Amino acid sequence: MLRAQKLTANRVKRNVGQFIIHVVLLSVGLMCVLPLLVILSASFSDELDIARYGYTLIPRNFTTFAYDYLLRVPIQIVRAYGVTTIVTFVGTGIGLLMMSLMAYVLSRPDTPFRKPLSFFVFFTMLFNGGLVPFYIWITQGLRLQDTLWVLILPYLFVPWFVLLLRTYFAGLPEEIFDSAKVDGAGEWRIFFQFVVPLSTPALATVGLFCILQYWNDWWLALLFINRQEMQPLQYMLHSIMTNSRAIMANPQTTGIPLPVNTVRMAMAVLATGPAALVFLLLQRYFIHGLTVGALK
Amino acid sequence: MLRLKKSSSESLSAGASAGAANQLAAPHLGAASAAHNSRNQLWRQVRRKWSRLLMAVPGIVWLLIFSYIPMFGVIIAFKDFRFDKGILGSDWVGFDNFRFLFGTRDALRITFNTLFLNAVFIVTDTVAAIAVAILLYQVQRHFLSRFYQATLFFPYFISWVIVGIFVFALLSQGGVVNNLLVGVGLPKVQWYSSPQYWPGILTLAHLWKSVGFWSLVYFAGILAINPELYEAAAVDGANAWRRVLHITLPLLVPLMIINVLLSIGRIFYADFGLFFFVTRGEGLLLPTTDVIDTYVYRALTKSANIGMASAAGFYQAIVGFTLVLVTNWVVRRINPERSLF
Repeated sequence: MLRAQKLTANRVKRNVGQFIIHVVLLSVGLMCVLPLLVILSASFSDELDIARYGYTLIPRNFTTFAYDYLLRVPIQIVRAYGVTTIVTFVGTGIGLLMMSLMAYVLSRPDTPFRKPLSFFVFFTMLFNGGLVPFYIWITQGLRLQDTLWVLILPYLFVPWFVLLLRTYFAGLPEEIFDSAKVDGAGEWRIFFQFVVPLSTPALATVGLFCILQYWNDWWLALLFINRQEMQPLQYMLHSIMTNSRAIMANPQTTGIPLPVNTVRMAMAVLATGPAALVFLLLQRYFIHGLTVGALK
Repeated sequence: MLRLKKSSSESLSAGASAGAANQLAAPHLGAASAAHNSRNQLWRQVRRKWSRLLMAVPGIVWLLIFSYIPMFGVIIAFKDFRFDKGILGSDWVGFDNFRFLFGTRDALRITFNTLFLNAVFIVTDTVAAIAVAILLYQVQRHFLSRFYQATLFFPYFISWVIVGIFVFALLSQGGVVNNLLVGVGLPKVQWYSSPQYWPGILTLAHLWKSVGFWSLVYFAGILAINPELYEAAAVDGANAWRRVLHITLPLLVPLMIINVLLSIGRIFYADFGLFFFVTRGEGLLLPTTDVIDTYVYRALTKSANIGMASAAGFYQAIVGFTLVLVTNWVVRRINPERSLF
């Protein structure tokens, strides 16, 4: 009798403990998405409400005015989406190929000059010249400012990703290479026909990191892009936040009171929303990647 | 976070090529004829593997253009750089740029802010992440567990530009926080002109963005702990709290030390996006929010003071490099698998 009571008391205690844990995690999780809910709500709010009552979690008067306004002449958004999409796909495609080729070369034990080559690649993770020489070299030496290339080239090759790929390639079973050699397969065939198909998890993870890196980049545009039509998404967002003239540049603003705040928020939603959702759906690949890198 | 699995890949090396590589590293040690022979061998290898070496060429070219050439640009710090004269043509001025930089109060301010804020970030991130990871572990089989992981990880995908936008929505004149203050009868605060609050605000913003990432790292660390230990402790009558205290935490310490050390190696580099977008570059906030990276950026693009910018950049590169070397040396002594080299 007593024993049974004690057991139920224990169970109650455990359930209370579990309940508290859920409350804590739920509130931490909510705090992680809350700021984005504020932006979402503001984008569906009335401009006057925001001016009068400030930002709220739920719109006082639900309206899609900001979206109508933006999408009536969506040229700015469409262009920025275009720039970001091109940069992301070209950069990820070329970069992934370049990095996995290098990783393959470094992963094979019978590569001549393997040690100096590894040092050559990974030393750049330890030391770099800093912003000033980089800036002067890109603008004065390579003269890349205000081109799409300046948004692509500097992120093509990330030694840290090469490291991830190399570790993965080095773990592939040696028999593959032996049998490929017996078949008389050349290096390129071994790489494309055996290494690449067998390494899809690693390539997918690194590819996603590349996509995220390009999609979320504002740094290169901040340094090297002055022309408005070359602005990628994130940088366009930054410029409309700091400069309301960027919105007013829209031709159809005459007459209507300018909905600056709500339009900014709607722009933020349009710029992040779709991509953030996709990344969220693919998050297990990211988690896979970061646990591969951070553990052990 | 970084590791270079040198030991394991080396053990894979076939004897011949390892020997060749070693001799390449120290050809002068062997007798002249032996060196000659091994060099011949190496060239034969190169000839046989030329198509593989060709695969490395794009990467090598990229590294030369975008990493190694700019590296030599650090000499700008010792020059009076003029755009019309170029890097090589500008006059040498010795340590003048450094004398100017360290003659101002800026040097002390940006060094202090960078070190202090990064140190605060390391501590808060680590403590919060481990706490969240332990909570996640307690409910790992619950159907909500995946939901928690997804929401926690969400900020990782959000760029600093967006973070800056919603911090503005929270802290602006008519922002959420000021509304709350008014709601409980307190006066509004002019957040963007009150530097004293910003170390706290930046810490919260940084925590918000990175706690999900790090808690998943530590969560994976807890999952790697042998479950038999927990079972044995439960049999001995240890409750959940005691199991955390005596099993989870002690066994997480090695992972924690390594991660903290690697962060300390990067302590001289600030997260530019955080300091640039979240503060909206407000001049009034500079006393508590100006860090080396933002200082270099402003000196370069706003005031076009190349001398100061390059001196500060050189200072950061050298101290940063030293810190990476030192912490990596320590990490290697603790866990060679996690060290960079």
